[in-house]
Amino acid sequence: MSKDKATGNIRTWFKGGDPWIWLIGGAVSISVVMVLGLLLLIAARGLGHFWQPPIVETYNTQGAQVERVLGTIRQSETVTAQSVREAGYEVPLEQELVTRYLFKLGNRDITGSDFQWYIADNLQEFRYPETAVQLERREWGDFFGYLLRVKEAGETVAEGDQAFEVLQERLDRSNDLARQAIHLERYDIGALNRSIEQARLERRRIEMIDALDGAERQTQFDEIEARVAGYNAEYEVLRQELEELRRSARRDSLVAETSGGREVEIVLADVVRASAANQMSTGDKIVEYGHRFWDFMSGYPREANTEGGIFPAIFGTVIMVLIMSVVVTPFGVLAAIYLREYAKQGPITRIVRISVNNLAGVPSIVFGVFGLGFFVYFLGGNIDQLFYPEALPAPTFGSPALIWASLTLALLTLPVVIVSTEEGLTRIPRSLREGSLALGATKSETLWKVIVPLSTPAMMTGLILAVARAAGEVAPLMLVGVVKLAPNLPVSTEPPFIHLDQRIMHLGFHIYDVGFQSPNVEAARPLVYATALVLVMLILVLNLTAIAIRNRLREKYKSAGE
Amino acid sequence: MESTDTPGAKSSRVNSGAVLPGREARRRLRKVRMGKDVLTRLLVSIAGYGVVISLALIFIFLFAEVLPILRGANLESPTSYSNPGPAVETRYIATERYQESAVRFSADGQVNFFDPRSGEAQLEEQVGIPETATVRSFAFAEPRTRLVAYGLSDGTVAVARHEYALTYPDDVRLVTPKLEKPLGEDPVVLDDEGQPIEVLAVQESARGTTVAGYTADGRMLMARYEARRSMMTGETELTRTVHELPAPPSVPTRILVDTTMRNLLVGDAQGFLHYYDISQPDQAVIRDSKRVIEGDMVSVTAMEFLLGSVSVIVGGSEGSVSQYFLVRGDDNIGRITRIREFERHPDSITTIFPEYSRKGFVAGDAGGNVGIHYGTSARTLKIENVSENPIANLTVSPRNNGILYTDGTGQMHHAELWNRHPEVSMKALWNKVWYEGRSQPDYVWQSSSATDEFEPKFSLVPLTVGTLKAAFYAMLFAMPLAIFGAIYTAYFMSPKMRGMVKPTIEVMEALPTVILGFLAGLWMAPFLENHLPSVFTVLIMMPLAMLAMAWLWRFRPAWIKHHIPPGWEAAILIPVVLVVGWFAVWSSPLIEVAFFDGNMRQWLTDVGITYDQRNALVVGVAMGFAVIPTIFSIAEDAVFNVPKHLTQGSLALGATPWQTVIGVVLLTASPGIFSAVMIGFGRAVGETMIVLMATGNSPVVNFNIFEGMRTLSANIAVEMPEAAVGGSHYRLLFLAALVLFGFTFILNTLAEVVRQRLRAKYSSL
Repeated sequence: MSKDKATGNIRTWFKGGDPWIWLIGGAVSISVVMVLGLLLLIAARGLGHFWQPPIVETYNTQGAQVERVLGTIRQSETVTAQSVREAGYEVPLEQELVTRYLFKLGNRDITGSDFQWYIADNLQEFRYPETAVQLERREWGDFFGYLLRVKEAGETVAEGDQAFEVLQERLDRSNDLARQAIHLERYDIGALNRSIEQARLERRRIEMIDALDGAERQTQFDEIEARVAGYNAEYEVLRQELEELRRSARRDSLVAETSGGREVEIVLADVVRASAANQMSTGDKIVEYGHRFWDFMSGYPREANTEGGIFPAIFGTVIMVLIMSVVVTPFGVLAAIYLREYAKQGPITRIVRISVNNLAGVPSIVFGVFGLGFFVYFLGGNIDQLFYPEALPAPTFGSPALIWASLTLALLTLPVVIVSTEEGLTRIPRSLREGSLALGATKSETLWKVIVPLSTPAMMTGLILAVARAAGEVAPLMLVGVVKLAPNLPVSTEPPFIHLDQRIMHLGFHIYDVGFQSPNVEAARPLVYATALVLVMLILVLNLTAIAIRNRLREKYKSAGE
Repeated sequence: MESTDTPGAKSSRVNSGAVLPGREARRRLRKVRMGKDVLTRLLVSIAGYGVVISLALIFIFLFAEVLPILRGANLESPTSYSNPGPAVETRYIATERYQESAVRFSADGQVNFFDPRSGEAQLEEQVGIPETATVRSFAFAEPRTRLVAYGLSDGTVAVARHEYALTYPDDVRLVTPKLEKPLGEDPVVLDDEGQPIEVLAVQESARGTTVAGYTADGRMLMARYEARRSMMTGETELTRTVHELPAPPSVPTRILVDTTMRNLLVGDAQGFLHYYDISQPDQAVIRDSKRVIEGDMVSVTAMEFLLGSVSVIVGGSEGSVSQYFLVRGDDNIGRITRIREFERHPDSITTIFPEYSRKGFVAGDAGGNVGIHYGTSARTLKIENVSENPIANLTVSPRNNGILYTDGTGQMHHAELWNRHPEVSMKALWNKVWYEGRSQPDYVWQSSSATDEFEPKFSLVPLTVGTLKAAFYAMLFAMPLAIFGAIYTAYFMSPKMRGMVKPTIEVMEALPTVILGFLAGLWMAPFLENHLPSVFTVLIMMPLAMLAMAWLWRFRPAWIKHHIPPGWEAAILIPVVLVVGWFAVWSSPLIEVAFFDGNMRQWLTDVGITYDQRNALVVGVAMGFAVIPTIFSIAEDAVFNVPKHLTQGSLALGATPWQTVIGVVLLTASPGIFSAVMIGFGRAVGETMIVLMATGNSPVVNFNIFEGMRTLSANIAVEMPEAAVGGSHYRLLFLAALVLFGFTFILNTLAEVVRQRLRAKYSSL
């Protein structure tokens, strides 16, 4: 009886539709969980990149062999024994599930592999030795080992407990020297190289002027030659200075023992940072965290982009977006004003409006193809023919460049600005417009003094959304202007200050490149997460700002309209 | 005072001097204001038209870049002049790369270099035929080797090469022709018995020069010569190995040796083609014989290798032109197989000449027609009548931009040729094509390779299928979530929660696809590979768990009832989603152990399902994630704007909220939901970064969810930077972009029209 009642209940329950409401509600829950989960995942992985984990020492038994393992734990997971067996590990037959740890062992130059899975059952108890150090090196990734002593020009200066402290001091010195050397190389020598290249092009230009007679040409050549000789002399001085710096940086070294028991001597000039993780307090780790985060944001990439910082990528993204904004804002705003205020509201305007709308839905790669064909090869090629014939066949503007990337993105984001501005213009009450005109203002006065100021927030929204879209777009940029590694920023202290013909690095492309094109993806993975976090934060902040402005705007006109 | 501003008021009497600006000043001011007005109008209009123009420019430019591949070939500016050199039969003509020099080999062994456009003589040389011998036959190797051979009546062969030296004195190109004799000044011996060589073939490879000949007394001979320059004396030393091959069943008309020196083909007067396997010359056998020309009284009149010497083009006396190559069966023995036919010439084929760098050829016939054909695409680009006499010799320039021919009248003719994109045809893009070296016709996209004689394979089918596959799985994932979510959000959700959910979805829309792609490729793909059963667990458990929660919710205590009104179901379900997700992952290894021998991936492979780590499942989820917000916002908009009096009427008549949704809301809003799906589909089709990163980008033709794909957009991103500007590959990528552009544009326009109609309907209701 009660059972019948229950089934009847269920039937009516289903008939009423309640369960279906819950089910479709579940779709929202899943979507929200996915979005938040994704953001959390990126945040956790990205922020975790800078935290110094403890250095674990343990022993791994594989068959009859016992080996010492020293490193940090990257990941642990439970998998079926079968899949581990297929990967070549020995697991007892009766066991069905195993836990395994991914150790970061470093020492790529010594052992060849810097990441290794270990089965938990084969590992002995974890220990955290105080003398264990993790060194971030300029080449070959990280080093893990036990610090033995610090040397100066071959003489031991510190041993045992004091060794690490002395190491830190001397590391500061060698890093300082390295910074000077890089500065010298990047700016002073870089500028010289540019001048020499300029002189070469100048010579070529003179060669191409047919009107010059031999003697005149020769005097100009001599003048250039003298200048180049001057540059070369300057270069020689700088080069010696650089060598001196480098030699001085190589004075100190450290000796450490690897987990395999080998003693290794490492020159401090090759070390970026040393941390004795197991001696650090939480406070130390927080300070260290700050340092690493700052280095990441302000540093240049190293080791095929898998280590170091992402400053050039951030800079490239920002400058590209800035140039894009300068182009797209006036153009987009004026076009929106035309469509809303000047154009006759007929079928043609409607078609144009729909087309502009639809332009936003066109795949971005199509804009990339257009940009490559039209901007780079057609416009750029012609500019080279006209203005830079001396550099041909090497292209100046005829190859992917900052300016073309910005213009392509401007085209891509044009609909965003137009649509948003138009929306702002429609929201302005008719009465304001009519009031202004009734007072005798001309149309342009009404426009500039009444309508435009009132719709500024809408334009801002459009611009911010455009910037957010542009900052995250990668596909078209791969064709028109980004590059995996640009040694120089696209700005300099000499005219023309902004080098529009240079290629740039870009955050989004950096993620793609490091995550999918680099030889050591496992080592680069945390860096990709951190880069992704920076990009996501940038875009979230921009978008939330835009949403906030838009909402405030709507409230404002809701009251004005009524 | 009342008429100060009235036009026509002669003066402003009341204007009391200093207070208001004077008349002049006012006029000036008015002028300035009007000027500004006009200026603004101009500026704004320029921007407005600018947008329209740039919109049109994108389309026109893409179209203009694609257009040339639709053009056929064209012959222009023909010139004629009398044959340079002796008035005897011409055996062979060829031009140099820049068409600044050309060469004519006469039947008596004289070689004349001349300007192909004007006929101006440049150089006269002799192949060096001894006075005791006469020329009996002639052959040429692959055109790019520039090697020719004369078969003589004393069993010897004279081999020569026409060479061109390029120099740039004063930055101007200068082409200097010369004749080389790579095997020494004197003819080399082919037949030790000294019989005349009646039919001859020559070919060159890294292993030396191979010459094959048919002697007057019916023997097939093949010799390989290697010239080595001695370090000490500077003299050329020649090594020679001769083999006698089995005699052909009948008298051959043409012999061909391929560049691998493994295959030898013989054509005879009966219309048969015989295939000799000469990979071991001393054990050479005839592997296959096949009649290549059908019908009585017809014979093979011309036969030539295409570039790479894999395919043979056979021209018949009835004007047919067809392509053959060896197809290896299961026994690994090549069989002569007819691959395709070209448009028939009106008269008997007299000469065929292959292109230097592509798989095309030109053919001349007895009716004075020149045909321009292309192998892979089976295209006949042009058959043009150029003469009243039979075409005797025909050659195409190395860059395929000019032809040179003789018609037996003692005249040489030249014409400029435009034939840039013969590789592309509708058939080659969309049908199965039998490519060289394959056992059957297939859909293949493979645009480039390391070797020069590579045959580009431009089938758009794998890319289109890949695009649709990716979009299909993405929609499969996104549609239910987005549409259901939109209906719930618009109709059932409490306004407060709606205010939180909508920005979340907007944030979802703003996430760069490169982030989604990177997570899909680097995090989700390996995760799913290790936790494959969890996918199925979630699919089954998630709805059940939600229903269970809904059932339980009916028995909630009263205090909860007070605190949580209806409209918060989605929030209550969030813990359920989390628990089910966690459970699926946790139980995944257990399920694998219980049902799939401990490794589901291996199990799938054993069952016969290919599993790639980066597969359509990963793409479907990642791209679905990208598409959900698009569909969601439009669908939500459509559902939310359903006029309230409709739903209230339904509720007042006693329908439950769910029945109202099904019966009234969905019915009214369905066009809006449809347009949302269309726009979402358009986005999925064009998405680049996700597919680029979350698939292996292998152009396969199937719908297996556990295999990857290559989409049109990802293909553009991968190949565009390497495509040669202006080439067929480049233009095909433009075509792909144009197709994407057109497709999404039309889809979005349709969706927009549907939405506007819906809006009009709502306001009229």
